[in-house]
Amino acid sequence: MLVYLLKRMALMVPMLLGITLVSFTVIHLAPGTPVELQTTMNPKASLEAQNRLKELYGLDKPLQVQYWDWLQRLARLDFGRSFSPDGRPVWDKIKERIGITLALNLMSLLIILAVAVPLGVLAAVRPHSWFDKATTLVVFFGFAMPSFWLALLLIMFFGVYLDWLPISGLRSLNFPQFTFWQKVQDLASHVTLPVLGAAFGGLAVWSRYTRGSMLEVIRQDYITAARAKGLPERTVVFKHALRNALLPVITMLGLSVPGLIGGSVIFETIFAIPGMGQMLYNAVMARDYPLVMGELVIAAVLTLMGNLLADVGYALADPRIRTG
Amino acid sequence: MQVPNSTLFFPNRKPKTENRKLVSMKRREFWARLRRNRMAVAGLTLVLGLFVVAILASWIAPYDPNQIDLKQVLMPPSSGHLLGTDMLGRDVLSRIIFGSRVSLLVGFVAVGIATLIGLVVGSLAGYYGGLVDQVLMRLVDLMLCFPTLFLILAVIAVLGPSIWNIMAVIGLTAWMGVARLVRAEFLSLREREFVAAARALGATDARLILRHLLPNALAPVMVSATLGVAGAILTESFLSFLGLGVQPPTPSWGNILTAGQANIEIAWWLSFFPGLAILITVMSYNLLGEGIREAIDPRLSE
Repeated sequence: MLVYLLKRMALMVPMLLGITLVSFTVIHLAPGTPVELQTTMNPKASLEAQNRLKELYGLDKPLQVQYWDWLQRLARLDFGRSFSPDGRPVWDKIKERIGITLALNLMSLLIILAVAVPLGVLAAVRPHSWFDKATTLVVFFGFAMPSFWLALLLIMFFGVYLDWLPISGLRSLNFPQFTFWQKVQDLASHVTLPVLGAAFGGLAVWSRYTRGSMLEVIRQDYITAARAKGLPERTVVFKHALRNALLPVITMLGLSVPGLIGGSVIFETIFAIPGMGQMLYNAVMARDYPLVMGELVIAAVLTLMGNLLADVGYALADPRIRTG
Repeated sequence: MQVPNSTLFFPNRKPKTENRKLVSMKRREFWARLRRNRMAVAGLTLVLGLFVVAILASWIAPYDPNQIDLKQVLMPPSSGHLLGTDMLGRDVLSRIIFGSRVSLLVGFVAVGIATLIGLVVGSLAGYYGGLVDQVLMRLVDLMLCFPTLFLILAVIAVLGPSIWNIMAVIGLTAWMGVARLVRAEFLSLREREFVAAARALGATDARLILRHLLPNALAPVMVSATLGVAGAILTESFLSFLGLGVQPPTPSWGNILTAGQANIEIAWWLSFFPGLAILITVMSYNLLGEGIREAIDPRLSE
């Protein structure tokens, strides 16, 4: 297992380099020389900020030197300083917010898993039943539903019409005066809508995927064998079939990380949650290049780690993978 | 006997009469299967309907979409304004009708760009294999590492928001799936006898790729392009919603929703109807895409 893990991690190095190369290309996409464009287009970039940008990328040097310098800085987690008036280091700003984004995504993921897997299994056990048809319909809506519209609908219904839940931010104004349990309750009520909204799209994909995977497994000979030896259906489905059906689902877990992180832009901007997604939106609006690039690199690294975790999980679950 | 899939879409490429008969049979079979699929027919009808709406927008829309009427601000749906008015008194129905133009334009141009890049990358990787394949496929893996929205937003931050930029950016970040599909098709096609035969007759690489391999690999690309239009429309509407896509006063479904969010506590119609338009459009492309998939390969429908 250790060997597998090390091998897998060694594979990440070229990917990391590639990520920095793509990000570096993005900032140099601008037609004309980047210095001129980035500063003339952005009234918010003061002379000081311009100099910081030049320093960060070494914009007067040849491209390969610029890239090498930037890479060395990244290795020390030095993403430069934000253009915003506070001028704080980009990494500090990201550090503050990354936890919120990860926590919300983890919650959505747990909800997705807890609901989608049973849904998919039930639909697969009785294909073409009314239950299967009903979930298919819901899934179809899930695929086509614009998630930001779903967020608006949730706000309209639960926030405005029923007035049950708060519609923006993470805390109430008088949060500091609350007792511990009130604080917990306050946070929970604030995250309910964004987490449910973010989970909905995933539910569609995952329940469909689990269903497909289950249908595949249930046709296998070993399931027929398990039934033939008289095992109760429950054992056959949940012990023999589900375990095998979940293997490809683990891979999906890794593949869905970029979608979840990307989705945090949607939910954090609409619900005004101070996470990485909202910060990215604000940085784009303010043309805060160092912050945008820092976010881009970090988001890709998070995706890479998500893929690694999924691969390791797969290897743990399936010995064939790690022994090669 | 080998009848390449592509004959579905390029029926006139084969001059031999014998072949042509087979071809038209195949194509008829495709349409017959598509017609039998009620969902696909519904999708196709809606997709065509949307085209008609977009093309005839100026005749269908009851009002000028940019006509401001400050006496009729934020009016709920009524017989005068079927879907109500926005904060400048503009007719929401007319704005939604004109917004369909933006959605279709962005959807098709973005998918066109993505499909073109995907075809080129996938063909080269699948045909040449070896180092070319390695390098191109690692590039695909790399692009898939980026949360698409983050990449799109970063590029928009550098290039600035406009409808042309978002079409380009959506296209540039959505080609990886097509590339993988085409590569996979090429890998299996290039071992077939008809390719060996063409090569033995002295066909050049370019001719082999363009005339023999690519047409046979197009069927799955059609499916992914149809589904891709749905995805591109979703992305465009979100970017316009954020104010990073189509800029007002040009109406787009996304930027009507921006107004909807600003007035969410007093004007539900401003948030409800544009979103419904997106939902229906995306759903019809999905239905059509799935329908084409099943018509091409009937084994897929259980």
